[in-house]
Amino acid sequence: MPKSSLKQTLQDLESKKISIRELNQDYLKRIKEKENLNVFIHFNEENVLKQIDNLEKDNSTKKLKGIPIAIKDLFCTKSMPTTAASKILENFNPTYESFVTQKLLDEGSIFVGKTNLDEFAMGSATNTSFFGNTINPLSKENEPLAPGGSSGGSAAAVAADLCLGATGTDTGGSIRQPASFCGVVGIKPTYGLCSRWGIAAFASSLDQAGVFSHNVEDASILLESIAGFDQRDSTSAKVDIPNYFENLDDDLNGKTVGIPKEYSIDGTPMEISQIWEDAIKVLEKKGVKIKNISLPHTKYALPTYYIIAPAEASSNLARYDGVKYGFRSDEINSLDEMYENTRAQGFGREVKRRILIGTYVLSAGYYDAYYLKAQKVRKLIADDFNKAFKECDFIVTPTAPSAAFPLNEKQNDPIKMYLNDVFTVPASLAGLPGISIPFGKDKNNLPLGIQILGKHFDEQQVFNAAVSLERSYE
Amino acid sequence: MKIDKNTINKIARLSRIKLDDKESEDYIKDLNSILDWVEQLNEVNTENVEPLSNISSSILPKREDVSKDTNSSEEILENAPDKLEGFFAVPKVVE
Repeated sequence: MPKSSLKQTLQDLESKKISIRELNQDYLKRIKEKENLNVFIHFNEENVLKQIDNLEKDNSTKKLKGIPIAIKDLFCTKSMPTTAASKILENFNPTYESFVTQKLLDEGSIFVGKTNLDEFAMGSATNTSFFGNTINPLSKENEPLAPGGSSGGSAAAVAADLCLGATGTDTGGSIRQPASFCGVVGIKPTYGLCSRWGIAAFASSLDQAGVFSHNVEDASILLESIAGFDQRDSTSAKVDIPNYFENLDDDLNGKTVGIPKEYSIDGTPMEISQIWEDAIKVLEKKGVKIKNISLPHTKYALPTYYIIAPAEASSNLARYDGVKYGFRSDEINSLDEMYENTRAQGFGREVKRRILIGTYVLSAGYYDAYYLKAQKVRKLIADDFNKAFKECDFIVTPTAPSAAFPLNEKQNDPIKMYLNDVFTVPASLAGLPGISIPFGKDKNNLPLGIQILGKHFDEQQVFNAAVSLERSYE
Repeated sequence: MKIDKNTINKIARLSRIKLDDKESEDYIKDLNSILDWVEQLNEVNTENVEPLSNISSSILPKREDVSKDTNSSEEILENAPDKLEGFFAVPKVVE
Protein backbone atom coordinates (compact mmCIF):
# COMPACT_ATOMS: atom_id res chain seq x y z
CA MET A 1 0.00 0.00 0.00
CA PRO A 2 1.48 3.39 -0.90
CA LYS A 3 2.08 5.75 1.99
CA SER A 4 -0.89 7.97 2.61
CA SER A 5 -0.34 11.59 3.53
CA LEU A 6 -1.73 13.19 6.66
CA LYS A 7 -3.79 15.56 4.55
CA GLN A 8 -5.28 12.74 2.46
CA THR A 9 -5.99 10.72 5.61
CA LEU A 10 -7.86 13.63 7.18
CA GLN A 11 -10.05 13.74 4.08
CA ASP A 12 -10.58 9.96 4.17
CA LEU A 13 -11.60 10.15 7.82
CA GLU A 14 -13.90 13.06 7.11
CA SER A 15 -15.64 11.27 4.23
CA LYS A 16 -15.81 8.07 6.34
CA LYS A 17 -13.80 6.18 3.76
CA ILE A 18 -11.88 4.84 6.72
CA SER A 19 -12.56 4.86 10.46
CA ILE A 20 -10.18 5.99 13.17
CA ARG A 21 -9.96 2.39 14.36
CA GLU A 22 -9.22 0.92 10.94
CA LEU A 23 -6.63 3.57 10.28
CA ASN A 24 -4.76 3.08 13.53
CA GLN A 25 -4.97 -0.70 13.40
CA ASP A 26 -3.19 -0.52 10.09
CA TYR A 27 -0.41 1.48 11.73
CA LEU A 28 -0.29 -0.81 14.77
CA LYS A 29 0.17 -3.77 12.47
CA ARG A 30 3.13 -2.13 10.73
CA ILE A 31 4.69 -1.05 14.02
CA LYS A 32 4.68 -4.67 15.17
CA GLU A 33 6.09 -5.91 11.86
CA LYS A 34 8.95 -3.42 12.05
CA GLU A 35 9.98 -4.04 15.65
CA ASN A 36 13.50 -4.98 14.50
CA LEU A 37 14.19 -1.35 13.55
CA ASN A 38 14.07 -0.41 17.25
CA VAL A 39 12.21 2.80 16.46
CA PHE A 40 10.33 2.99 19.75
CA ILE A 41 11.60 3.12 23.32
CA HIS A 42 8.02 2.82 24.50
CA PHE A 43 5.23 1.17 22.57
CA ASN A 44 2.08 -0.19 24.21
CA GLU A 45 -0.72 -1.43 22.00
CA GLU A 46 -3.27 -1.31 24.84
CA ASN A 47 -2.53 2.35 25.34
CA VAL A 48 -3.18 3.08 21.65
CA LEU A 49 -6.43 1.09 21.68
CA LYS A 50 -7.56 3.04 24.73
CA GLN A 51 -6.96 6.30 22.90
CA ILE A 52 -9.02 5.01 19.97
CA ASP A 53 -11.87 4.06 22.34
CA ASN A 54 -11.86 7.54 23.85
CA LEU A 55 -11.85 9.31 20.50
CA GLU A 56 -14.72 7.19 19.23
CA LYS A 57 -16.83 8.49 22.09
CA ASP A 58 -15.81 12.08 21.35
CA ASN A 59 -18.18 13.92 19.01
CA SER A 60 -16.33 17.21 18.78
CA THR A 61 -14.42 18.23 15.67
CA LYS A 62 -10.69 18.31 16.11
CA LYS A 63 -8.06 19.16 13.59
CA LEU A 64 -5.96 16.01 13.92
CA LYS A 65 -8.65 13.69 15.19
CA GLY A 66 -7.45 10.08 15.01
CA ILE A 67 -4.13 10.85 13.35
CA PRO A 68 -1.32 8.54 14.56
CA ILE A 69 1.66 10.57 15.75
CA ALA A 70 5.00 9.37 17.18
CA ILE A 71 6.60 11.40 19.98
CA LYS A 72 10.34 11.78 20.49
CA ASP A 73 11.10 10.42 23.94
CA LEU A 74 12.39 13.79 25.08
CA PHE A 75 8.87 15.23 25.45
CA CYS A 76 7.27 14.57 28.83
CA THR A 77 4.02 12.66 28.47
CA LYS A 78 1.66 11.70 31.26
CA SER A 79 0.37 8.62 29.48
CA MET A 80 3.80 7.16 28.70
CA PRO A 81 7.19 7.04 30.46
CA THR A 82 9.83 9.55 29.34
CA THR A 83 13.48 8.46 29.30
CA ALA A 84 15.46 10.88 27.09
CA ALA A 85 17.08 7.58 26.01
CA SER A 86 19.06 7.60 29.25
CA LYS A 87 19.45 5.05 32.01
CA ILE A 88 19.19 7.93 34.44
CA LEU A 89 15.52 8.41 33.47
CA GLU A 90 14.79 4.76 32.75
CA ASN A 91 11.79 4.64 35.10
CA PHE A 92 10.62 8.22 34.92
CA ASN A 93 6.87 8.78 34.64
CA PRO A 94 6.16 12.47 34.19
CA THR A 95 3.31 13.92 36.20
CA TYR A 96 2.78 16.64 33.62
CA GLU A 97 2.41 16.96 29.85
CA SER A 98 4.76 18.96 27.62
CA PHE A 99 3.27 21.99 25.86
CA VAL A 100 3.77 20.48 22.41
CA THR A 101 2.27 17.08 23.21
CA GLN A 102 -0.65 18.74 25.01
CA LYS A 103 -1.40 20.73 21.85
CA LEU A 104 -1.36 17.53 19.81
CA LEU A 105 -3.65 15.81 22.31
CA ASP A 106 -6.02 18.78 22.26
CA GLU A 107 -6.23 18.40 18.47
CA GLY A 108 -7.25 14.76 18.90
CA SER A 109 -4.13 13.00 17.65
CA ILE A 110 -3.24 9.50 18.80
CA PHE A 111 0.21 8.86 20.28
CA VAL A 112 1.51 5.57 18.94
CA GLY A 113 4.65 5.55 21.06
CA LYS A 114 7.83 7.28 22.22
CA THR A 115 10.66 7.22 19.73
CA ASN A 116 14.33 6.49 20.23
CA LEU A 117 16.96 9.22 20.19
CA ASP A 118 20.55 9.87 21.14
CA GLU A 119 20.84 10.07 24.91
CA PHE A 120 19.58 13.54 25.90
CA ALA A 121 19.61 14.37 22.17
CA MET A 122 23.41 14.33 22.09
CA GLY A 123 24.48 12.68 18.89
CA SER A 124 23.98 12.43 15.15
CA ALA A 125 23.22 8.75 14.62
CA THR A 126 20.80 7.63 17.37
CA ASN A 127 23.62 5.37 18.56
CA THR A 128 24.20 6.88 22.01
CA SER A 129 20.79 5.71 23.26
CA PHE A 130 20.73 3.53 26.37
CA PHE A 131 18.08 1.50 24.54
CA GLY A 132 20.23 0.57 21.54
CA ASN A 133 20.52 1.82 17.97
CA THR A 134 17.63 2.61 15.71
CA ILE A 135 18.07 1.17 12.24
CA ASN A 136 17.34 3.34 9.24
CA PRO A 137 14.32 1.77 7.47
CA LEU A 138 16.06 2.34 4.12
CA SER A 139 18.88 -0.08 5.05
CA LYS A 140 19.51 -3.11 2.87
CA GLU A 141 19.52 -6.47 4.57
CA ASN A 142 22.69 -7.06 6.64
CA GLU A 143 23.92 -3.54 5.96
CA PRO A 144 22.26 -1.50 8.70
CA LEU A 145 22.45 2.25 8.25
CA ALA A 146 22.16 4.99 10.84
CA PRO A 147 18.93 7.01 10.76
CA GLY A 148 20.81 10.16 11.73
CA GLY A 149 20.19 11.85 15.01
CA SER A 150 19.35 12.85 17.49
CA SER A 151 15.68 12.49 16.48
CA GLY A 152 16.50 9.30 14.53
CA GLY A 153 13.58 7.29 15.92
CA SER A 154 11.04 9.91 14.85
CA ALA A 155 12.54 10.25 11.35
CA ALA A 156 12.61 6.46 10.99
CA ALA A 157 9.02 6.18 12.26
CA VAL A 158 7.81 8.44 9.46
CA ALA A 159 10.06 6.82 6.84
CA ALA A 160 8.82 3.32 7.75
CA ASP A 161 5.23 4.62 7.71
CA LEU A 162 4.62 3.79 11.37
CA CYS A 163 2.83 7.13 11.88
CA LEU A 164 1.61 10.11 9.86
CA GLY A 165 3.87 12.57 11.63
CA ALA A 166 6.32 12.75 14.49
CA THR A 167 7.71 15.31 16.87
CA GLY A 168 11.41 16.03 17.12
CA THR A 169 13.75 18.50 18.72
CA ASP A 170 16.61 20.25 17.00
CA THR A 171 19.55 21.78 18.87
CA GLY A 172 22.19 21.71 16.14
CA GLY A 173 20.50 19.73 13.38
CA SER A 174 18.69 16.95 15.23
CA ILE A 175 15.57 17.22 13.07
CA ARG A 176 17.00 18.24 9.71
CA GLN A 177 19.88 15.76 9.51
CA PRO A 178 17.83 12.62 10.34
CA ALA A 179 15.09 13.84 7.97
CA SER A 180 17.71 13.95 5.25
CA PHE A 181 19.09 10.48 6.17
CA CYS A 182 15.63 8.88 6.19
CA GLY A 183 14.19 10.63 3.14
CA VAL A 184 11.43 12.52 4.95
CA VAL A 185 10.54 16.15 5.59
CA GLY A 186 11.70 17.72 8.86
CA ILE A 187 11.31 21.30 10.03
CA LYS A 188 12.93 23.14 12.91
CA PRO A 189 11.06 26.42 13.34
CA THR A 190 12.40 29.71 14.66
CA TYR A 191 13.78 29.59 18.20
CA GLY A 192 10.86 30.49 20.44
CA LEU A 193 8.02 29.44 18.12
CA CYS A 194 7.18 26.28 20.07
CA SER A 195 7.37 26.26 23.83
CA ARG A 196 10.15 24.19 25.39
CA TRP A 197 7.97 23.47 28.43
CA GLY A 198 8.17 19.77 29.27
CA ILE A 199 11.03 18.94 26.91
CA ALA A 200 14.06 17.51 28.72
CA ALA A 201 16.55 20.35 28.31
CA PHE A 202 19.85 19.89 26.47
CA ALA A 203 21.05 23.39 25.46
CA SER A 204 18.33 25.87 26.31
CA SER A 205 19.45 28.71 24.06
CA LEU A 206 19.32 26.36 21.05
CA ASP A 207 16.68 23.66 21.74
CA GLN A 208 13.60 23.92 19.57
CA ALA A 209 10.74 21.52 18.88
CA GLY A 210 9.62 20.67 15.36
CA VAL A 211 8.04 17.95 13.25
CA PHE A 212 8.67 15.18 10.73
CA SER A 213 6.22 14.22 7.98
CA HIS A 214 5.90 12.54 4.61
CA ASN A 215 5.64 15.83 2.75
CA VAL A 216 5.71 19.60 3.11
CA GLU A 217 1.93 20.08 3.25
CA ASP A 218 1.72 17.69 6.19
CA ALA A 219 4.58 19.48 7.95
CA SER A 220 2.76 22.79 7.55
CA ILE A 221 -0.37 21.32 9.15
CA LEU A 222 1.55 19.78 12.05
CA LEU A 223 3.74 22.78 12.80
CA GLU A 224 0.75 25.05 13.08
CA SER A 225 -0.69 22.62 15.63
CA ILE A 226 2.31 22.68 17.96
CA ALA A 227 3.33 26.35 17.71
CA GLY A 228 2.22 29.08 20.08
CA PHE A 229 3.00 31.23 23.07
CA ASP A 230 3.40 29.70 26.51
CA GLN A 231 4.26 31.71 29.58
CA ARG A 232 5.96 28.72 31.22
CA ASP A 233 8.84 29.03 28.75
CA SER A 234 10.52 32.39 29.27
CA THR A 235 11.83 32.45 25.69
CA SER A 236 8.52 31.52 24.10
CA ALA A 237 7.60 34.15 21.50
CA LYS A 238 4.28 35.95 21.43
CA VAL A 239 3.76 35.96 17.69
CA ASP A 240 0.76 35.26 15.49
CA ILE A 241 0.81 31.78 14.03
CA PRO A 242 -0.36 31.90 10.42
CA ASN A 243 -2.31 29.09 8.86
CA TYR A 244 0.77 27.77 7.07
CA PHE A 245 -1.17 25.17 5.13
CA GLU A 246 -3.90 27.49 3.82
CA ASN A 247 -1.27 30.05 2.89
CA LEU A 248 1.00 27.62 1.02
CA ASP A 249 1.99 29.18 -2.28
CA ASP A 250 4.44 27.50 -4.64
CA ASP A 251 4.73 30.54 -6.89
CA LEU A 252 8.20 31.89 -6.16
CA ASN A 253 8.36 34.25 -9.13
CA GLY A 254 10.26 37.40 -8.20
CA LYS A 255 11.72 35.99 -4.98
CA THR A 256 15.45 35.92 -4.32
CA VAL A 257 17.32 32.89 -3.06
CA GLY A 258 20.67 33.27 -1.31
CA ILE A 259 23.40 30.74 -2.07
CA PRO A 260 26.16 30.96 0.54
CA LYS A 261 29.58 30.30 -0.96
CA GLU A 262 30.97 29.12 2.38
CA TYR A 263 28.77 26.02 2.18
CA SER A 264 30.91 24.65 -0.66
CA ILE A 265 33.20 22.65 1.55
CA ASP A 266 36.22 20.65 0.43
CA GLY A 267 35.50 16.97 0.57
CA THR A 268 31.75 17.27 0.07
CA PRO A 269 30.72 14.39 -2.19
CA MET A 270 30.00 15.29 -5.82
CA GLU A 271 26.43 14.03 -5.52
CA ILE A 272 25.69 16.55 -2.80
CA SER A 273 27.08 19.46 -4.79
CA GLN A 274 25.05 18.12 -7.72
CA ILE A 275 21.66 18.12 -5.94
CA TRP A 276 22.43 21.60 -4.63
CA GLU A 277 23.01 22.80 -8.20
CA ASP A 278 19.89 20.98 -9.37
CA ALA A 279 17.79 22.70 -6.72
CA ILE A 280 19.18 26.09 -7.75
CA LYS A 281 18.37 25.37 -11.40
CA VAL A 282 14.81 24.41 -10.52
CA LEU A 283 14.38 27.64 -8.60
CA GLU A 284 15.84 29.66 -11.47
CA LYS A 285 13.29 28.14 -13.84
CA LYS A 286 10.56 29.25 -11.47
CA GLY A 287 11.60 32.85 -11.84
CA VAL A 288 13.63 33.01 -8.62
CA LYS A 289 16.60 35.36 -8.69
CA ILE A 290 19.83 33.66 -7.67
CA LYS A 291 22.01 35.72 -5.36
CA ASN A 292 25.45 34.61 -4.28
CA ILE A 293 25.82 35.56 -0.65
CA SER A 294 28.57 35.30 1.92
CA LEU A 295 28.29 34.09 5.50
CA PRO A 296 31.93 34.64 6.39
CA HIS A 297 31.92 33.10 9.89
CA THR A 298 30.40 29.79 8.78
CA LYS A 299 33.54 27.77 9.48
CA TYR A 300 33.49 28.87 13.12
CA ALA A 301 29.93 27.70 13.72
CA LEU A 302 30.81 24.13 14.72
CA PRO A 303 33.50 24.98 17.27
CA THR A 304 31.22 27.70 18.65
CA TYR A 305 28.39 25.22 18.97
CA TYR A 306 30.61 22.64 20.67
CA ILE A 307 31.43 25.14 23.40
CA ILE A 308 27.97 26.62 23.93
CA ALA A 309 25.92 23.42 23.74
CA PRO A 310 28.04 21.39 26.23
CA ALA A 311 28.27 24.39 28.56
CA GLU A 312 24.49 24.69 28.72
CA ALA A 313 24.14 20.92 28.92
CA SER A 314 26.49 20.68 31.90
CA SER A 315 24.28 23.14 33.70
CA ASN A 316 20.95 21.62 32.61
CA LEU A 317 21.98 18.08 33.44
CA ALA A 318 23.06 19.00 36.96
CA ARG A 319 19.45 18.27 37.96
CA TYR A 320 19.99 14.52 37.51
CA ASP A 321 21.40 13.83 40.94
CA GLY A 322 19.53 10.76 42.11
CA VAL A 323 17.39 12.77 44.54
CA LYS A 324 14.28 14.09 42.82
CA TYR A 325 13.56 11.53 40.11
CA GLY A 326 15.18 8.86 38.03
CA PHE A 327 17.94 6.41 38.75
CA ARG A 328 19.90 6.30 42.01
CA SER A 329 23.02 4.19 42.44
CA ASP A 330 23.11 1.51 45.16
CA GLU A 331 26.59 2.55 46.29
CA ILE A 332 25.67 5.47 48.49
CA ASN A 333 27.71 5.70 51.66
CA SER A 334 27.65 9.49 51.58
CA LEU A 335 25.73 12.19 49.76
CA ASP A 336 28.67 13.01 47.47
CA GLU A 337 29.23 9.36 46.71
CA MET A 338 25.56 9.06 45.84
CA TYR A 339 25.80 11.94 43.34
CA GLU A 340 29.04 10.73 41.80
CA ASN A 341 28.02 7.10 41.44
CA THR A 342 24.51 7.91 40.28
CA ARG A 343 25.80 10.14 37.51
CA ALA A 344 28.69 7.83 36.63
CA GLN A 345 26.34 4.88 36.22
CA GLY A 346 23.32 6.79 34.91
CA PHE A 347 24.88 8.75 32.04
CA GLY A 348 26.41 7.27 28.91
CA ARG A 349 29.79 8.07 27.45
CA GLU A 350 28.86 10.91 25.08
CA VAL A 351 26.72 12.66 27.70
CA LYS A 352 29.55 12.50 30.23
CA ARG A 353 31.99 13.79 27.63
CA ARG A 354 29.80 16.82 27.03
CA ILE A 355 29.19 17.48 30.71
CA LEU A 356 32.95 17.39 31.31
CA ILE A 357 33.70 19.70 28.38
CA GLY A 358 30.92 22.04 29.46
CA THR A 359 32.10 22.11 33.04
CA TYR A 360 35.62 22.87 31.89
CA VAL A 361 34.69 25.79 29.61
CA LEU A 362 32.54 27.31 32.35
CA SER A 363 35.08 26.80 35.13
CA ALA A 364 36.95 29.64 36.81
CA GLY A 365 39.78 30.94 34.65
CA TYR A 366 38.45 29.47 31.40
CA TYR A 367 35.02 31.08 31.13
CA ASP A 368 36.19 34.13 29.16
CA ALA A 369 38.52 32.22 26.89
CA TYR A 370 35.92 29.67 25.85
CA TYR A 371 32.30 30.39 26.73
CA LEU A 372 32.34 34.17 26.39
CA LYS A 373 34.44 33.94 23.25
CA ALA A 374 31.96 31.49 21.73
CA GLN A 375 29.02 33.76 22.57
CA LYS A 376 30.76 36.60 20.76
CA VAL A 377 31.43 34.50 17.68
CA ARG A 378 27.80 33.42 17.86
CA LYS A 379 26.84 37.09 17.55
CA LEU A 380 28.97 37.42 14.42
CA ILE A 381 27.36 34.31 12.92
CA ALA A 382 23.87 35.68 13.62
CA ASP A 383 24.90 39.05 12.13
CA ASP A 384 26.10 37.28 8.96
CA PHE A 385 22.59 35.93 8.45
CA ASN A 386 20.91 39.25 9.26
CA LYS A 387 23.03 40.92 6.61
CA ALA A 388 22.42 38.16 4.06
CA PHE A 389 18.66 38.32 4.56
CA LYS A 390 18.68 41.97 3.49
CA GLU A 391 19.50 40.66 0.02
CA CYS A 392 17.44 37.48 -0.22
CA ASP A 393 14.14 35.96 0.89
CA PHE A 394 15.45 32.52 1.76
CA ILE A 395 18.66 30.50 1.63
CA VAL A 396 19.20 27.09 0.06
CA THR A 397 21.99 24.65 1.04
CA PRO A 398 22.49 20.89 1.34
CA THR A 399 21.24 19.48 4.67
CA ALA A 400 24.09 17.11 5.50
CA PRO A 401 27.55 16.39 4.10
CA SER A 402 26.68 12.75 3.38
CA ALA A 403 23.83 10.29 2.91
CA ALA A 404 23.04 7.86 5.74
CA PHE A 405 26.26 6.13 6.85
CA PRO A 406 26.64 2.60 8.20
CA LEU A 407 25.66 2.19 11.83
CA ASN A 408 28.49 2.98 14.25
CA GLU A 409 30.86 4.07 11.50
CA LYS A 410 31.84 7.36 13.10
CA GLN A 411 31.61 6.48 16.74
CA ASN A 412 35.27 6.65 17.73
CA ASP A 413 36.18 10.15 16.67
CA PRO A 414 33.96 12.80 18.28
CA ILE A 415 35.03 15.60 15.94
CA LYS A 416 34.32 13.53 12.84
CA MET A 417 30.86 12.85 14.24
CA TYR A 418 30.31 16.53 14.99
CA LEU A 419 31.01 17.40 11.32
CA ASN A 420 27.64 15.89 10.39
CA ASP A 421 26.07 19.10 11.60
CA VAL A 422 28.24 21.41 9.52
CA PHE A 423 25.32 22.72 7.39
CA THR A 424 22.68 22.75 10.12
CA VAL A 425 24.48 24.27 13.11
CA PRO A 426 24.92 27.86 11.81
CA ALA A 427 21.14 28.40 11.51
CA SER A 428 20.66 26.89 14.98
CA LEU A 429 23.09 29.38 16.45
CA ALA A 430 21.19 32.18 14.69
CA GLY A 431 17.80 30.81 15.80
CA LEU A 432 16.50 30.63 12.23
CA PRO A 433 13.82 28.32 10.85
CA GLY A 434 15.08 25.53 8.60
CA ILE A 435 13.50 22.64 6.76
CA SER A 436 15.03 19.59 5.14
CA ILE A 437 13.24 18.01 2.20
CA PRO A 438 14.28 14.91 0.24
CA PHE A 439 15.89 15.98 -3.02
CA GLY A 440 17.78 13.47 -5.15
CA LYS A 441 19.65 10.28 -4.38
CA ASP A 442 23.26 9.23 -4.08
CA LYS A 443 24.89 6.42 -6.07
CA ASN A 444 23.58 3.80 -3.63
CA ASN A 445 20.06 5.14 -4.16
CA LEU A 446 19.96 6.68 -0.68
CA PRO A 447 18.05 9.93 -0.27
CA LEU A 448 19.80 13.29 0.06
CA GLY A 449 18.34 16.41 1.58
CA ILE A 450 18.10 20.07 0.66
CA GLN A 451 17.87 22.61 3.46
CA ILE A 452 15.90 25.85 3.18
CA LEU A 453 16.50 28.58 5.76
CA GLY A 454 14.32 31.62 6.35
CA LYS A 455 14.18 34.78 8.39
CA HIS A 456 13.03 34.70 12.00
CA PHE A 457 9.36 33.69 12.17
CA ASP A 458 9.13 33.48 8.37
CA GLU A 459 8.21 29.79 8.38
CA GLN A 460 5.68 30.56 5.65
CA GLN A 461 8.42 31.50 3.19
CA VAL A 462 10.36 28.36 4.15
CA PHE A 463 7.27 26.20 3.53
CA ASN A 464 6.52 27.96 0.24
CA ALA A 465 10.01 27.41 -1.11
CA ALA A 466 9.98 23.82 0.15
CA VAL A 467 6.62 22.95 -1.39
CA SER A 468 7.69 24.51 -4.66
CA LEU A 469 10.89 22.45 -4.79
CA GLU A 470 9.05 19.33 -3.68
CA ARG A 471 6.39 19.63 -6.36
CA SER A 472 8.94 20.10 -9.11
CA TYR A 473 10.95 17.11 -7.89
CA GLU A 474 8.08 14.64 -7.69
CA MET B 1 48.13 19.64 26.51
CA LYS B 2 45.38 21.49 28.32
CA ILE B 3 43.82 18.62 30.18
CA ASP B 4 46.00 16.40 32.31
CA LYS B 5 45.20 13.90 35.00
CA ASN B 6 44.78 16.59 37.66
CA THR B 7 42.50 18.71 35.52
CA ILE B 8 40.26 15.83 34.52
CA ASN B 9 39.93 14.82 38.15
CA LYS B 10 39.02 18.36 39.06
CA ILE B 11 36.38 18.66 36.32
CA ALA B 12 34.97 15.25 37.14
CA ARG B 13 34.69 16.28 40.75
CA LEU B 14 32.95 19.56 39.81
CA SER B 15 30.59 17.57 37.58
CA ARG B 16 29.93 15.00 40.32
CA ILE B 17 30.80 12.16 37.98
CA LYS B 18 33.07 9.39 39.24
CA LEU B 19 35.57 8.27 36.60
CA ASP B 20 37.70 5.13 36.67
CA ASP B 21 41.29 5.24 35.41
CA LYS B 22 40.47 3.94 31.97
CA GLU B 23 37.68 6.50 31.50
CA SER B 24 39.95 9.32 32.71
CA GLU B 25 42.55 8.33 30.11
CA ASP B 26 39.92 8.31 27.35
CA TYR B 27 38.42 11.64 28.34
CA ILE B 28 41.84 13.29 28.61
CA LYS B 29 42.40 12.30 24.99
CA ASP B 30 38.90 13.32 23.80
CA LEU B 31 38.81 16.63 25.63
CA ASN B 32 42.24 17.65 24.45
CA SER B 33 41.38 16.96 20.85
CA ILE B 34 38.10 18.87 21.15
CA LEU B 35 39.79 21.82 22.88
CA ASP B 36 42.54 21.91 20.24
CA TRP B 37 39.85 21.98 17.58
CA VAL B 38 37.83 24.82 19.14
CA GLU B 39 41.07 26.79 19.48
CA GLN B 40 40.44 28.08 15.93
CA LEU B 41 37.97 30.58 17.40
CA ASN B 42 41.00 32.62 18.45
CA GLU B 43 41.45 33.56 14.78
CA VAL B 44 38.24 35.58 15.00
CA ASN B 45 38.48 39.20 16.03
CA THR B 46 35.75 39.71 18.61
CA GLU B 47 36.84 43.06 19.94
CA ASN B 48 33.78 45.19 20.77
CA VAL B 49 31.40 42.33 19.96
CA GLU B 50 28.57 41.83 22.42
CA PRO B 51 28.20 38.22 23.56
CA LEU B 52 24.92 36.75 22.36
CA SER B 53 22.99 34.79 24.94
CA ASN B 54 19.41 35.10 23.74
CA ILE B 55 18.82 34.72 20.04
CA SER B 56 15.11 35.43 20.11
CA SER B 57 14.23 38.43 17.97
CA SER B 58 10.82 38.76 19.54
CA ILE B 59 10.24 40.91 22.57
CA LEU B 60 9.73 38.54 25.43
CA PRO B 61 6.59 39.45 27.29
CA LYS B 62 6.47 39.73 31.05
CA ARG B 63 3.83 37.75 32.80
CA GLU B 64 1.57 39.12 35.42
CA ASP B 65 3.06 38.86 38.88
CA VAL B 66 0.40 36.79 40.57
CA SER B 67 1.02 33.92 42.88
CA LYS B 68 -0.55 30.57 42.25
CA ASP B 69 -1.00 27.89 44.84
CA THR B 70 -0.40 24.54 43.24
CA ASN B 71 -0.06 22.23 46.17
CA SER B 72 1.61 19.47 44.23
CA SER B 73 4.10 18.00 46.68
CA GLU B 74 2.73 14.53 46.14
CA GLU B 75 3.18 14.83 42.40
CA ILE B 76 6.67 16.21 42.86
CA LEU B 77 7.66 13.31 45.09
CA GLU B 78 6.08 10.70 42.88
CA ASN B 79 9.28 9.87 41.01
CA ALA B 80 11.68 10.22 43.94
CA PRO B 81 14.01 7.23 44.39
CA ASP B 82 13.62 7.62 48.15
CA LYS B 83 11.23 9.74 50.20
CA LEU B 84 10.17 10.11 53.80
CA GLU B 85 7.15 11.90 55.23
CA GLY B 86 6.74 14.36 52.40
CA PHE B 87 10.46 14.95 51.82
CA PHE B 88 13.15 13.68 49.48
CA ALA B 89 15.39 11.31 51.39
CA VAL B 90 19.19 11.20 50.95
CA PRO B 91 22.06 9.51 52.82
CA LYS B 92 22.88 11.02 56.17
CA VAL B 93 24.80 14.31 55.76
CA VAL B 94 25.57 15.30 59.36
CA GLU B 95 27.04 12.77 61.77
